[in-house]
Amino acid sequence: MDDALLLARAQFGLNIAFHILFPSLTIALAWMLLGFRVAYHRTGEAGWLATYKLWTKIFALTFAMGVVTGIVMSFQFGTNWPGYMNRVGAIAGPLLGYEVLTAFFLEATFLGVMLFGMNRVPAWAHIGATALVAVGTTLSAFWILALNSWMQTPAGHVLEGDQWIAGDWLAVIFNPSFPYRFVHMMIASGLTAAFVVAGLSAWRLLKVPADASARRTLRVGVLVAAVLAPLQTVVGDLHGLNTLEHQPAKIAAMEAIWHTEKGVPLVLFAIPNEKTRTNDYAIELPYGASLILKHDPDAELKGLDAFGADVPPVAPVFFAFRLMVGIGVAMIGLSWLAAWITRRGAAAPRWLLWTLAAFTFSGWAATLAGWIVTEIGRQPWLVTGLLRTSEAVGEISGAQLGVSLTGYAFTYATMFVAYMVVLTHLAGDGAEAAAARNLPGASAAGAAAD
Amino acid sequence: MDLALIFMVLMGVSVLAYVVLDGYDLGVGMLMPAASATEQSVMVSSIGPFWDANETWLVLGVGILLVAFPKAHGVVLGALYLPVVAMLVGLMFRGVAFEFRMKALGWHRELWNWLFWAGSFLASFSQGLMLGRYITGFEPGFGYLLFAMVVGASVCGGYVLLGATWLVLKTEGTLQAKALAWSRWGLLWVALGVGLVSLATPLVSETVRAKWFDFPRTLALMALPAACLWAGAVVWRSTGRIARGVRGQDGLPFAAAVAIFAISFLGLAYSLFPYVVIDRLTIWEAAAHPSSLKVVLAGALVVLPFIVAYTAISYRVFRGKARAGLYD
Repeated sequence: MDDALLLARAQFGLNIAFHILFPSLTIALAWMLLGFRVAYHRTGEAGWLATYKLWTKIFALTFAMGVVTGIVMSFQFGTNWPGYMNRVGAIAGPLLGYEVLTAFFLEATFLGVMLFGMNRVPAWAHIGATALVAVGTTLSAFWILALNSWMQTPAGHVLEGDQWIAGDWLAVIFNPSFPYRFVHMMIASGLTAAFVVAGLSAWRLLKVPADASARRTLRVGVLVAAVLAPLQTVVGDLHGLNTLEHQPAKIAAMEAIWHTEKGVPLVLFAIPNEKTRTNDYAIELPYGASLILKHDPDAELKGLDAFGADVPPVAPVFFAFRLMVGIGVAMIGLSWLAAWITRRGAAAPRWLLWTLAAFTFSGWAATLAGWIVTEIGRQPWLVTGLLRTSEAVGEISGAQLGVSLTGYAFTYATMFVAYMVVLTHLAGDGAEAAAARNLPGASAAGAAAD
Repeated sequence: MDLALIFMVLMGVSVLAYVVLDGYDLGVGMLMPAASATEQSVMVSSIGPFWDANETWLVLGVGILLVAFPKAHGVVLGALYLPVVAMLVGLMFRGVAFEFRMKALGWHRELWNWLFWAGSFLASFSQGLMLGRYITGFEPGFGYLLFAMVVGASVCGGYVLLGATWLVLKTEGTLQAKALAWSRWGLLWVALGVGLVSLATPLVSETVRAKWFDFPRTLALMALPAACLWAGAVVWRSTGRIARGVRGQDGLPFAAAVAIFAISFLGLAYSLFPYVVIDRLTIWEAAAHPSSLKVVLAGALVVLPFIVAYTAISYRVFRGKARAGLYD
């Protein structure tokens, strides 16, 4: 049984981690595309159109990756975690259902108009379609984060028989951690998209320094990041305080606090040791954790010993949290520096372009690290206090899970390599090429027919 | 108000919408190797704006199964675990191939072209296999597996019919002429498949046999196969007329193909009702808690008309014959 649980978690973790990469980029990129589209409409400048077309292609590619991996998710909720649906399906089901009904159809349908309908509908309708795709991606995030937050900090539920059902839907949706998690994730998406836009533009500028479109999008990405990165620190801090109130065991794991005490130091770095229940090689700031979490250097913080056996594994949560915060700090520094250097249309020096290119996918790394913190930090609970992960696992045999895990891993690896290759090619060729691209084989017939 | 029944109908409508809509684009995908590079570009252009929304009906269908019939969801998708994985892998490769096949270069493009075809085929065949296993209540044994594989092949044929008649509607010239021929081959394949499955199902399932062979009800039920035959005849005759140059009815073969699917679906629904897992679970036994059903139903009743409306808008925006190079 433990093997099946481990495989079920590994497989689900692989799927959800791979899937989240793509929505985390498309949610915010959709709004940026709307900005490019409106800029073209207002200025009539061909440069904005070329920019819009290039980033629409990147969006379409990313969106397709998100859609197909999302379909896998829709099957796995039930196959990997039947106990989840049996016990809390009356709450999870409607939230997922509303996501499909209000978001998936909206974005999928208007995506067609947005991608291929520019010459078929009036400008207002095309802008409207672009806006509806953005609304759809955001609505989708709203529902799925409402469900995830409810699993972290359940509220509004009542027990009937052996099932948890909703007593108050508004309390379920707007549960204690939802506002923080939603804003935190939306900003994370904004940062992910901003660094992808800036990074891929830098990649283009390293090849063709005079590319006007890439210079402009680099500036857009850098400015968006410069605004959002510090904002994320504030929101992240508030989210942390919320977690301390509702999921103190997760905070104890994040900060590697093993024992309840007063005046707790902030562990900057250490190797948490589960056997001795102490930190090896710790570098600490005295009173730091009490100060940050309670805003009082002598305040008492609950350690992992206060929660008995119901605690998450410390090391992954501890390290992922440090990775996320580290990337966040680097994002603030880089975006402010880049914003300063590129002020008033100044060209970015090559070292800055290389640095931005290296940071292209920093948003993905930070987002994944953040989700590892929050999801592993919730263990051993699937729904905090209501349902354990081990109670939800299904009867799919280890062998079947092994076969499917291998199949998914192979599929994802292929898709990911292809995605990266095409992405760098598209960005490297630049916006003008994206707008003017004609394809061998297809172009002759297309031109003749038009 | 019988919530279980309402959700059974909703799920049926979603699955039928999925089968017809994704069926035509999967069918087009399976026909790709039979066309030239230029024709392939037109074919992909004819489904490019739609495939994504088409697949959303699958998410809705499986979502309703999960939300409304959680007990059946576990049994059905547990028993069909590996074919579901195969279908998902097929759908994934095919979905991203839309983007990759035109943006990749050199042999990569060839690879994605091949994956587009192979993914369409794998997804279609797996769906048929799942249907075959589902009808027979997941009975083990070689005979049942053989039956499921025949159903798998039939569903491929059915999707080819939908895809080919879709191309009759959306293309012109030599590609349309090819599509007319493909439609007739698809129709023959479907006739064979539907015939085999209709004969075999009462043989392998006592429950189904009892429902169909119960005079005098059998006489009324014969309207279904009769209507199916008639729709098949319409496909055959209309493709012939279009091939001879008769204009203004390019949509008729597709409409008749959809009718074949709808009628077969009705027959299947009649065979299985009221079971959601045949001989094991009825829809009432499998239904979820009424509180969650009510809240989903309220949302569905409000939102579904909008979905239908903007789907119609999308098909209207992209009406007319498809042109090559949509993905340039």
